[in-house]
Amino acid sequence: MRLEPIAAPTLARRLGFPAAALALTILVASLLALTAGANPFATLGLILEGAAGSRFAALETLNRATPLIFTGLAISVAFRAKLWNIGAEAQLYAGAIVTVLLGTGLVPWPLVLPVTALVAMLAGALVLLGPVLLKTRLGVDEVVTTLLLNFVMLLFVSYLLEGPMKDPGGMGWPKSSPLLPEARLPRIVEGLRLHWGFLLALLAAVAVWVIQTRTTLGYEIRAVGQNPRAARFAGVPVNAVLVKTALLSGGLAALAGFSEVAGLKGHLSLDLSPGFGYTGIIVAMLAMLNPLAVIPSALFVAGVFVGSDSMSRAAGVPTYIADILLATALLFMVLAILLTRVRVVRG
Amino acid sequence: MTDVIDILLSATFWAAVIRIASPLIFATMGELICERAGVLNLGIEGIMVIGAFTGWITVYAGMPLWFGVGAAMGAGMLFGLLHATLTVPFGLSQHVVGLGVTLLATSTSYFAYRLILPEVTSPPKITPFAEWAIPGLSDIPGLGPALFTQTPLTYAAFVVAGVTAIILYRTPLGLALRAVGENPSAAASQGLSVTALRMGAVIVGSGLMAVGGAFLTLSAFSSFFFEMVNGRGWICIALVVFGAWKPGKAVLGALLFAAFDALQVRLQQTPIGAVLPYQLFLAMPFLLSILALILMSRRAEVPAALMQPFNKGER
Amino acid sequence: MTSDASGAQPDLRPDVLHPDVLHLDRITKRFGPLLANDAISLTLKQGEVIALLGENGAGKTTLMNILFGHYTADAGSVTAFGKPLPPGNPRAALAAGIGMVHQHFTLADNLTVTENILLGTRSLWSPGLNLGAAADRIAALSRDFGLAVNPAARVGALSVGERQRVEILKALYRDARILILDEPTAVLTPQETEALFQTLRRAVALGLSIVFISHKLHEVMGVADRCLVLRHGKLVGEVATANTDRHALAAMMVGAEIAPPALSPATPGPALIRFANVSTPDQGAVPGLKRITLDLRAGQITGLAGVSGNGQGALSDLLSGLAVPSSGEISLGSTPVTNWSPRAAIHAGIARIPEDRHKTGTIADFSLTENAILERYGEAPYSRKGWMNWRAARDFTTHVIATHDIRCPGPEARIRLLSGGNMQKLILGRVLEPGPKIILANQPVRGLDIGAITYVQKRLIAARDAGAAILLISEDLDEIIEMSDLIHVLSAGRLSPAFARGEKTPAELGLWMAGQGFDMETSRAA
Repeated sequence: MRLEPIAAPTLARRLGFPAAALALTILVASLLALTAGANPFATLGLILEGAAGSRFAALETLNRATPLIFTGLAISVAFRAKLWNIGAEAQLYAGAIVTVLLGTGLVPWPLVLPVTALVAMLAGALVLLGPVLLKTRLGVDEVVTTLLLNFVMLLFVSYLLEGPMKDPGGMGWPKSSPLLPEARLPRIVEGLRLHWGFLLALLAAVAVWVIQTRTTLGYEIRAVGQNPRAARFAGVPVNAVLVKTALLSGGLAALAGFSEVAGLKGHLSLDLSPGFGYTGIIVAMLAMLNPLAVIPSALFVAGVFVGSDSMSRAAGVPTYIADILLATALLFMVLAILLTRVRVVRG
Repeated sequence: MTDVIDILLSATFWAAVIRIASPLIFATMGELICERAGVLNLGIEGIMVIGAFTGWITVYAGMPLWFGVGAAMGAGMLFGLLHATLTVPFGLSQHVVGLGVTLLATSTSYFAYRLILPEVTSPPKITPFAEWAIPGLSDIPGLGPALFTQTPLTYAAFVVAGVTAIILYRTPLGLALRAVGENPSAAASQGLSVTALRMGAVIVGSGLMAVGGAFLTLSAFSSFFFEMVNGRGWICIALVVFGAWKPGKAVLGALLFAAFDALQVRLQQTPIGAVLPYQLFLAMPFLLSILALILMSRRAEVPAALMQPFNKGER
Repeated sequence: MTSDASGAQPDLRPDVLHPDVLHLDRITKRFGPLLANDAISLTLKQGEVIALLGENGAGKTTLMNILFGHYTADAGSVTAFGKPLPPGNPRAALAAGIGMVHQHFTLADNLTVTENILLGTRSLWSPGLNLGAAADRIAALSRDFGLAVNPAARVGALSVGERQRVEILKALYRDARILILDEPTAVLTPQETEALFQTLRRAVALGLSIVFISHKLHEVMGVADRCLVLRHGKLVGEVATANTDRHALAAMMVGAEIAPPALSPATPGPALIRFANVSTPDQGAVPGLKRITLDLRAGQITGLAGVSGNGQGALSDLLSGLAVPSSGEISLGSTPVTNWSPRAAIHAGIARIPEDRHKTGTIADFSLTENAILERYGEAPYSRKGWMNWRAARDFTTHVIATHDIRCPGPEARIRLLSGGNMQKLILGRVLEPGPKIILANQPVRGLDIGAITYVQKRLIAARDAGAAILLISEDLDEIIEMSDLIHVLSAGRLSPAFARGEKTPAELGLWMAGQGFDMETSRAA
């Protein structure tokens, strides 16, 4: 077989393959439900209901989507430049650490929130700067270094929570002291469990979209990602662009940590992120790296998680069904997106 | 310092080095075969998880240990087939597909585990491979007993490495694999199927990664728990680079790495361990891997067609 | 899998006088909207050399790739030695005794010559390689066919000419009885070409049959018995070489004879850029520049002849701003350059037409607009203070499309969809519109059809007449001779003295390309 590019794909092709990918994902979900002895339709219904069936469920989904928008944006920015940042998890924790450090009395109100957000971004950016400099200076592959740094960062957080940042009133649990009330992101509407972090995430998505489509940096990022050799030849400062991309990407991932600590949890613990950094890859890929599409993509992914949690309690299908579904959706979708652009031909 | 020397002189330390290196050797050989054929397999971490789980659950279900190894290999090859199908004929991003396969294999293992054992908090144990002293060699005074009293899977790891090296450098198959990783059209012009060679390499390589995972449950820890692979897959990718894509050097890298790992575990028990946080010791393997990558940068001879999909229709 | 290292030499004597060895019957192949081969039929006889002629894109390579099984034809069939050949199966083609020497060598640099030749010749599941026996057989073949090469050498370290010999040995090792050579002389010096023809004559004498693909008519006249001409995917003519001449063939290839652009005598001005004793480090097997001194003068085309891989890349990188010399000095006018970079080169008024328009010149998935401003996106009017002005970019692109007659769906179309000629025109527009003082034209017409070639050459001549200093790099000696006011030869990183237009014959330049002139120069100096 051979792949032949299609000059002008039809609308049917552009919609049909992604729809088929979605259908196949739902089919996999049904099969998983069957193996768990549950009714597939009921299971899917429960996931849907648990994700958006009530005000509580919907708010829960929005809350879960917030860090995913940030990490999804972080990944989409980096992957556009073919900078394989798989270390969003580490950058997220860097942001979270800074948020606790500055939010427990170091910076006074009213500066605390903006300063914390900015310094958190800086910390996340610095975490990615190392691997990127190793890549641009020495040619060390960033996939492995960013992946490995995730493990190092988690151990570092573990050390902090058992040592210097341990909450004296935490009754022995490895968690940090709580943030001061003025260092917390307020609720959007009093009484509803949704904080300003969500709006900040929407704002970030728009900002990234503007950067990518309207600025020279966005143009440079795309040029470097599509063809670094041609970009270098044409005078694009490839390494500088990669560093800028890394700073942006690391900063965005760190905002996820800032938003989770300051908006939701109020303290740092080792279970702050159930893999938001890795899930951000799925969010970004499902959004085809488009920053605005990251928002619905994150909502979908968050909905699958939240819905599966709730379904699992009711129907007894293990909650890991969510991860399987998302992995399946990712693999089917990248294939579907390819097939919208190419035709498989014989010979 | 005397602590370190004491540790290095103890036979149990060297026995541990061999033990720790074994799963890494399996998985590193698996990754090396994939990369020599031109495919980066980031599914390694998840494939090790599914191997650990499948091997363990098979034995837990009452099958013999070697059935467990076979089942793990089969499961790994299945996920290898998925990876290969998406990355070779369709030429999709090896980064994205690899991470997707890791996620899928990991979550499938966890899902199946919860399905089979919904309520347990501590996973049941199986009887793992017993140590087997090689007659003669294990009687050598000094390190003989330590090095040659290991489980059969450990011996298998070294045999696999040897066989990989022989196939790669001494057979037509190995020649073909080295060619498709360097310039696929060289193989295609000689009537070889690039697709078949690459897919075969990814499938077999994934099988070996899964056996590396199964080593953890069937030879090392005797039960399955979450996070047990804990980045070993990523470390193996670093080891392939450190070994400059050569089986012999990669085995040396795995042994060196295992020595540091065994050392850090023992150092934690010494006065140094009392002063420094234990997390620093646990982070050592990851930091060492990064250091290895830095040391080998610019020097390694990376296969020229690594991560380059081959589409014969491209004009 | 067809033969074994220990296999004996086959009996190659013709049993009947001149039987047909190969027959292609109405081969048709489409690539999307492009009809690459339109019902092409041809016959090859034992001991015959046929030339397949046609300009770039006429369908020659596609036809041979179908014959060899790399592509499957949409319709038509291939018969070799009286037996039908299964489509899409290179292994079957090899087994039938068809050997192909590709234009872009298909060799693995990390393997030795022997390993490359041995690749795929034995069952993948057989236990050993038996390198020693293979090396012996390769040595024997090298001797018989006059193909000198060291079987133990790593291919990555070989020169272009040696690599081609390895490619031919690959086919001979498999007992090929039909040899297909795709543009084999494109990368050779005239002397190497002559040696290749000697090899081909020996092969024919041993009973092999040869298909020779080329667009160089004088070579075809010298080696082929029969010429077949392809144009736009159709077979438009078939003549015995004895009954035709170059002009008739040229007219057949192009449809109507197109006169090459005329080069009027130059009126050289001052040197706009000078390289003084410039050296660059060797890159593996590719030599760096060895203390070269070169002036590029206004209103003059300086041609750089030489087999690729002799330092052209290094010189081109220096002029493009991608590299700096390890010793020596580049100066613009009389000012030595500092902070040299691609951007600095662009700002110094250097127009750069890169060797590889697909990989270096353009970004395939970018639109024409995005590609057109690639060198100047960071300055007004295309951007201000970091903000893009897409309207200005589109206006510029529309202008380039109109002035250079670029056939495309519009400025927003992805450049991947354009033909090579239109792609090159966009690059020309990008670099020529700002009115450059210096032009680097690296292989500017390689792979283009005659219309685009003529267009590119006319624009270069016009730029020269407007006062630009042009460095023309090409491995096609004919192109250099046709287009240059002044010729230098680059060999193993050394630069020959300047030769005036017409001062040296192609054969003499060939000696310089092979490095011989330099040796005479050295001995004379000593």
